[in-house]
Amino acid sequence: MRRALPIFVVLAGLLIAIAVVNPYFLEPPAFLAFVKRAAPLVILAAGQYFVIVSGEFDLSVGSLVTAEVVIAARLIDGSAEATWPVLALLLVLGLLVGLVNGIVTTIFRVPSFITTLGMLLILSGAVFLWTGGAPRGALSPEFRELGRGSLGPVPWSVLILVAVVAAAVYAMRAGFGHTLIAAGDNDRAAALSGVRLARVRTAAFMISGLSAAVAAILLGGFAGVSAQAGNGLEFQAITAVVLGGVVLGGGRGSVVAAMAGAFTLEALFTLLNLYGISGALEPAVQGVIIIAAVALGAVRFPRRRTAAAS
Amino acid sequence: MTGIGKSFLGVRVLDGVDLEAAAGEVHAVVGENGAGKSTLMKILAGVHAPDEGTIEIDGRSVAFGHPIEAQRAGVAIIYQELTLLPERTVAENVFLGREPVRRGLVDRAAMESATGELLSSLGEESFGPRDLVRRLSVAQQQVVEIAKALSLNARIVVMDEPTAALADHEVGLLYTLVRRLTERGIAVLYVSHRLREIFDLAHRITVLKDGARVATAEASSLDVATLIRLMVGRELDSYYPPRAADPPGEVMVSVRGGGNARLRGIDLDLRAGEIVGVAGLQGSGRTELAKALFGAEPFTTGEMTPCRPRSVREGIAAGIGLVTEDRKAEGILPHQRVRDNALLVARAIRRSAGTPAIERLLRRVRLNPPRPAQEIRLLSGGNQQKVVLAKWMTVAPRVLLLDEPTRGVDVGAKAAIHELMRELARDGMAVLMISSELPELIGMSDRIVVMRDGGIAGELPSGSTEESVMRLAAAS
Amino acid sequence: MTQQLKLRRVAAAEGSFLRRLSADQPARAVYLALALLIMLGWLLFTLDGGRFLSQENIVGIQQRSAALGIVAIGQTLVILAGGLDLSVAYLISLTTLVAAEIMAGAGANVPAAIAAVLAVSALVGLVNGLIVTRLQVHAFIATLGTALIIRGVLDARYDGPAGSVPASFRHLGYDRIGPLAVSALLWAAVAVSAWLLLSRTRLGYRIYAVGGNTEVARLSGVRTERVMIAVHVLCSVCAGIAGLLLASRLGAGTPTAGTDGGYDLESIAAVVLGGTALAGGRGGVAGTVGGVLLLAVLDSIFNQMEVNSFAKDVVRGVVLVAALAIYARRRRTA
Repeated sequence: MRRALPIFVVLAGLLIAIAVVNPYFLEPPAFLAFVKRAAPLVILAAGQYFVIVSGEFDLSVGSLVTAEVVIAARLIDGSAEATWPVLALLLVLGLLVGLVNGIVTTIFRVPSFITTLGMLLILSGAVFLWTGGAPRGALSPEFRELGRGSLGPVPWSVLILVAVVAAAVYAMRAGFGHTLIAAGDNDRAAALSGVRLARVRTAAFMISGLSAAVAAILLGGFAGVSAQAGNGLEFQAITAVVLGGVVLGGGRGSVVAAMAGAFTLEALFTLLNLYGISGALEPAVQGVIIIAAVALGAVRFPRRRTAAAS
Repeated sequence: MTGIGKSFLGVRVLDGVDLEAAAGEVHAVVGENGAGKSTLMKILAGVHAPDEGTIEIDGRSVAFGHPIEAQRAGVAIIYQELTLLPERTVAENVFLGREPVRRGLVDRAAMESATGELLSSLGEESFGPRDLVRRLSVAQQQVVEIAKALSLNARIVVMDEPTAALADHEVGLLYTLVRRLTERGIAVLYVSHRLREIFDLAHRITVLKDGARVATAEASSLDVATLIRLMVGRELDSYYPPRAADPPGEVMVSVRGGGNARLRGIDLDLRAGEIVGVAGLQGSGRTELAKALFGAEPFTTGEMTPCRPRSVREGIAAGIGLVTEDRKAEGILPHQRVRDNALLVARAIRRSAGTPAIERLLRRVRLNPPRPAQEIRLLSGGNQQKVVLAKWMTVAPRVLLLDEPTRGVDVGAKAAIHELMRELARDGMAVLMISSELPELIGMSDRIVVMRDGGIAGELPSGSTEESVMRLAAAS
Repeated sequence: MTQQLKLRRVAAAEGSFLRRLSADQPARAVYLALALLIMLGWLLFTLDGGRFLSQENIVGIQQRSAALGIVAIGQTLVILAGGLDLSVAYLISLTTLVAAEIMAGAGANVPAAIAAVLAVSALVGLVNGLIVTRLQVHAFIATLGTALIIRGVLDARYDGPAGSVPASFRHLGYDRIGPLAVSALLWAAVAVSAWLLLSRTRLGYRIYAVGGNTEVARLSGVRTERVMIAVHVLCSVCAGIAGLLLASRLGAGTPTAGTDGGYDLESIAAVVLGGTALAGGRGGVAGTVGGVLLLAVLDSIFNQMEVNSFAKDVVRGVVLVAALAIYARRRRTA
């Protein structure tokens, strides 16, 4: 918790800064809208956290999100009946991609950076090969309801996010979470204590794949079909996790802090918009702040860094 | 070194320590873990700067801000963990950071011939300057470290636990090397937990306790009992806990004709209530035997009852636990809390263990202070080992295999671990202990199995002499 | 016992040239794969009625791979030192624009433009290096951050191609000397310099040391921070050179020149394809050159077969993962 504290301070500071410019921001409708917008990235960050804390990377989530959205549009093609089977198919596909990433990384011992980079190329290539270069078809209104609609005043995506947060916290408190962190901290010691490394790491990749599927469903509903739906999301998710104080290389950091990192990133985007920083300069400011935040974290806790480097 | 003082985060780890070493002398520095030995040596080597005190070499006062300044002043340090690059050649390692240059380019030929000369001056012919370090044994790598120290024209060589990773017969080679260094007029500062080595090698001994110097004396004027009393501040009346009075109970594990790539024809019974010692040179298959019994590197042939584990999990399910030799690499999760380390095995096999149970266990393994929320890497080696033992006790194994359980552990923790082993055996566990330290093996074991070339060379009853064990282990 | 036997065998072969070569095994593997692929390409071209070894095709392969090749050399240095540079793609875009705008179509401005490009890229590398060493930010995040910063600058200042390159400078991208493209010669020069750096200079030795084990290097008196800064500067300068080359080929500065080529991830892919360990400390330039050529020959075969460009990505992904799986297997059984 000590390690996670700075991110909550930064998040609170950003939220207050937004509220200063826009006093309505902290009222329920506006705040829920913010959470709704943040939900896909927070869910992706939660999934990425599982992979990173076990000592690996998942670079394939961005292209997986794109692939899922494009596949959904093509298969549903506006038809209401097709919605639910396709939703199920998307979740299964996410799990399957994670399974392949996990098996290649753990059984064939390919560094996960490369495994998931390969998966990124394969997914983006394969999907457009199948659709012939541009997304075709359309999502059904039922499908888009999940990303756009709400139950009473509360958006569906916020409800889904709450469920994801609860599931992630539960998983990390359970034996699974502890063995996953053990695998990231010292995999040989973990293996000699009976941890099934291949299994827990593969499970982490599957969770990441599943979270990408969920994020894709929300994003597709929220923003519609686009061939760029998932562009750069893998880097945003990794950035969010690292902002939350989770150490690349594994073994340290909490899932709640990782999700707080994603909220922080989203709050940052909101704030930049509010202050009228043009869309063009946005990435630059984002880059500076990410470096600064991680640097401050490293300076505050020098021990953490020395271990992360080794 | 005079009046050296050093604090970390407000904790005083060294307080007014004096130390001197003469040319050609082996000066041993001993003390329990946390006594400040390593810190003192690191100050001498320029890794840490002292808060107070002075260092003089040949009468000139020196101050080091970086290890390289200490190197230039003639101080070389050989660390506990070897500091070589496995993917580079011997010559590249010896001259790392000081590569000879000719016309702006590294002079590979000069580097290799100089390394070759250093190696032959050390009597080393089994490898050459162009071999990759990754292909060398631990003992050979130590020779590379020493060659590196010599190439620095070191006047003072610090050896921090140099034998921790060496097999018994390799220790003899190290003795020879140390003597060659002293013949050249080099002062050797020798840090070790192994008292026998100290008496074999040292001319003088300095004892540190709680960051202060307790005594410096001629080695010939001390005996083991006095030295231990100086280190722990109390007389250890009996070094080893008494053996069980009862005869051993039922057979917990039995192997007949066990073998794999590294082992052959293993016949072994482990009984409830007994501590079986395993002796043997490094490479004789001791560690492999433990890993095979446990299922980490399984037997591929032979019978084993109750079952022949094919994986770690099968071993754990069969009630077997293994405390590994290399605690840092294979034993602990450095950044996790004591509690999570202790619960690792139970969680991995989905057996729950409550918090009160953990606290009771930590007290039982004599963890002092028993703080379950502390990160384990902040503990001393001895306390870390106690947590590793607690980790296995959460699942109450029938058989506990201990590979060098007291390596790198201070005298006090060592006694606690010995007591605990005896206690576990008394409670009906079968304990197997591998150790390179013959006095420990003889003091603790109810019988000693001697390994040689991947097989069991013979078995000796309790009370055997070191000579009889060595004869069996080294015969060929 | 087995260990001792192995040692003796090594000692017996001491000094032999073959053993030297085998120390760089992955590089050998990638050239073997390259040879097989060239044979396959020759076969497919012949069946298809084309000539794989035609001068046109060979020069094409060189020209297509030179820019990636140069970036990959820089990336090799960073990866060997245990780092990673994700900012090269945007830096390449930036440097094409710097070059084309300063040249502004006039041959007289070429030297100034080259100097400016090298200065800008060295500065970016210096910033990367300082963030990694002084601010102690993981290279992944640090270079991702500078990539975003450069992207912001590009987005804010440019909507499309800008500046123009004089005809004299376009020789760099299009000329050939016999079967050799000028751009490939530039690549070769960069590769040979990097090889010399790694095998014959102190800095090179220290790059391996820092990547192999930073703490060991530090204790041996290596100023590890300087080494990290140096590799980042060199990597960025390589990206700058690649930017000059792309400007010469495109005729103008283009804000998407680097990202369209995917030079960030692709250069990392080429490096590891060449057998350099992603964790640092093991590998070299020879492997990287092989890795880039492998990708280029693959591309040339695809082009001849008129394979859909999306299918190329799929095959590249599979090749990359399969190659790494084979390396991992060889190392485990070795």
